[in-house]
Amino acid sequence: MKPKKAAIEARGVSRVFAAKGQHAVAALDDVSVTIHENEFFTLLGPSGCGKTTLLRLIAGFDFPTSGEICLYGEDIAMLPPFKRPVNTVFQNYALFPHMTVAQNIGFGLEMLGKPRAEIDARVFEMLKLVRMEDLALRKTSQISGGQQQRVALARALAPKPKVLLLDEPLSALDYKLRKDMQIELKRLQHETGITFIFVTHDQEEALTMSDRIAVMSKGKILQVGSPHQIYDEPSVRFVANFIGETNFLNGVVTKNGRVKLAAGPEIEAAGSSSSGSVTVVVRPEHASLTSLAKGQLKAVVSNIVYFGTDTHFHVTLADGAVFMVRQQNSGGAAAKLSQGDKVGVLIAAGTARILQD
Amino acid sequence: MAILASTADTQNAKRNRWLSAPALISIVIFGILPLLVILVYSFLKPAPYGGVVWKFSTEAYSSFLFQRDIFDDTLQFTPDYLIIYARSIGFAIFTTVVCLLLGFPTAYFMATRPPEQRNWWVLLITIPFWSNLLVRTLAIMFIIRDEGLINHILIWAGVIDKPIVMLYTNFSIMLGLLYSFLPFMVLPLYSSLEKMDFRLVEAGFDLYADKRAVLWRIIIPLAKPGIIAGCLLVFIPALGAYVTPLILGGGLHLMIGDLIAQQFGSGRNWPQGSALALILMAGVLISLFFYVRNTTGKMHHG
Repeated sequence: MKPKKAAIEARGVSRVFAAKGQHAVAALDDVSVTIHENEFFTLLGPSGCGKTTLLRLIAGFDFPTSGEICLYGEDIAMLPPFKRPVNTVFQNYALFPHMTVAQNIGFGLEMLGKPRAEIDARVFEMLKLVRMEDLALRKTSQISGGQQQRVALARALAPKPKVLLLDEPLSALDYKLRKDMQIELKRLQHETGITFIFVTHDQEEALTMSDRIAVMSKGKILQVGSPHQIYDEPSVRFVANFIGETNFLNGVVTKNGRVKLAAGPEIEAAGSSSSGSVTVVVRPEHASLTSLAKGQLKAVVSNIVYFGTDTHFHVTLADGAVFMVRQQNSGGAAAKLSQGDKVGVLIAAGTARILQD
Repeated sequence: MAILASTADTQNAKRNRWLSAPALISIVIFGILPLLVILVYSFLKPAPYGGVVWKFSTEAYSSFLFQRDIFDDTLQFTPDYLIIYARSIGFAIFTTVVCLLLGFPTAYFMATRPPEQRNWWVLLITIPFWSNLLVRTLAIMFIIRDEGLINHILIWAGVIDKPIVMLYTNFSIMLGLLYSFLPFMVLPLYSSLEKMDFRLVEAGFDLYADKRAVLWRIIIPLAKPGIIAGCLLVFIPALGAYVTPLILGGGLHLMIGDLIAQQFGSGRNWPQGSALALILMAGVLISLFFYVRNTTGKMHHG
């Protein structure tokens, strides 16, 4: 792998909002992160976690209380937005209602003082890129939500920004259109080779689209990694809980890599080598149901939820904890189980992980 | 079924027609009838002690531009009325432009306050409406007259030793008009700026527009309905202003409103007053027509 160049580097960035008569609130608390060139980078977290604040600081709509934000090594933290080679796709698209589609797309180039011929050529190129050639002369109020989304993308890409910021751009679209736009966005990122920084609260969206994800909570970045790392190797409880469904098991570390669970057996678990009481996470699809004799954990089926492609079995363990197992409906013995049956639970080798906290 | 539905529709339409009756009646009584009276009066002859004599005459219109010589009965061009009309138009344009220049930043300031503060600012702007225009105009008179507040303070401070004459000048009329009509500019501007999505401003900054470009390319085009409404609301009443020039102009600098009032009062020439009012109205309507056509035309072309 060739060494990656840093497009955006945030170092110790904080943003404190001082509200009148209230405690000052840190929307961002000493955040440091490096975003590589040509990367599809996602800031993922629940609302109020600081992901949009970080995006606004990079765009220049807001300025950090402390810390620096570097674009290719140059500190841009205090530059006004119109002096940054960074463009934004807004959540509500923010298209100019008094201009046509083509005028919207050409606006950035016009403001940069490009000659008319160059603007026209680039606008046409952009219209082609987002497949909107036929609607160039429409007003933005005369096109659909999905089309407005494409115009917003074309407008932000037209000035060839070094970094493209996307603030929950798909949240206003219906499910089908959102799926299409996810593929479209990946295609655009691939074709243009521009660094995308994508903000979302939708974990599925983040997992399917991103090269790397930063999971945020309460103004801090908890974990940065590839979708695989984030899903399979969550480092803290919040990440494990926020991304997908997870079982948390209490236990005590006996020796390196082995945990004695409160529910009975001692199992292998990867992760940080902390000692004493720990939490072990097991994804529902990494566990399977078997006969009482063959299972690692003994359990009683308490609830069965059918999902078509698979079934979720909620089982109660020896220590009273509820554990979820996801079984594919491919016609195994599990299909015959019913509530109250005694079963054994098997955890696939190498999938249980010890959390840091 | 379709036939049944359509007869039901026409019955509905028949019933609904009566719902517009109150609106039509008030338009006829308060709008069209008085205008008709004025129109008829303007083509009659004046009675010696006010009122009209029922004889057809175009004298009221011809005397707008010409005066009948007392001795040889020939018509001679006299620009007296035209001068007053021109002065009034000048004052009205000046008032509109200055109101726009002062009102836009004011309205922008109000619209960018936190939502819970905005209503207080609107309240402050409307406070002058709580008192009578006459009283407010007299208050201005007390402030700017030779022995008024401004001259008093300046003399006391030793800046000047003779009072500056401000009252009964063009300056005092324009100041009065500006003061009376500024809220009529601020309020429509505020209502269009307040509705504006300020994320569009952010989008402008994001796309390399500096402050000046954002103002001219985004904020002003979006505030256009407010600008048009504000200009009309200031220009038209300023053109017909009566109290302000009467009190602050001291009868030396007449405006159209005073001229018309004079014809119905001491001039005892009701047809003349009616004709002057209709000429004013025709002028306003014609300029309005071109103004609206130009501005909406531009909006279509972006």
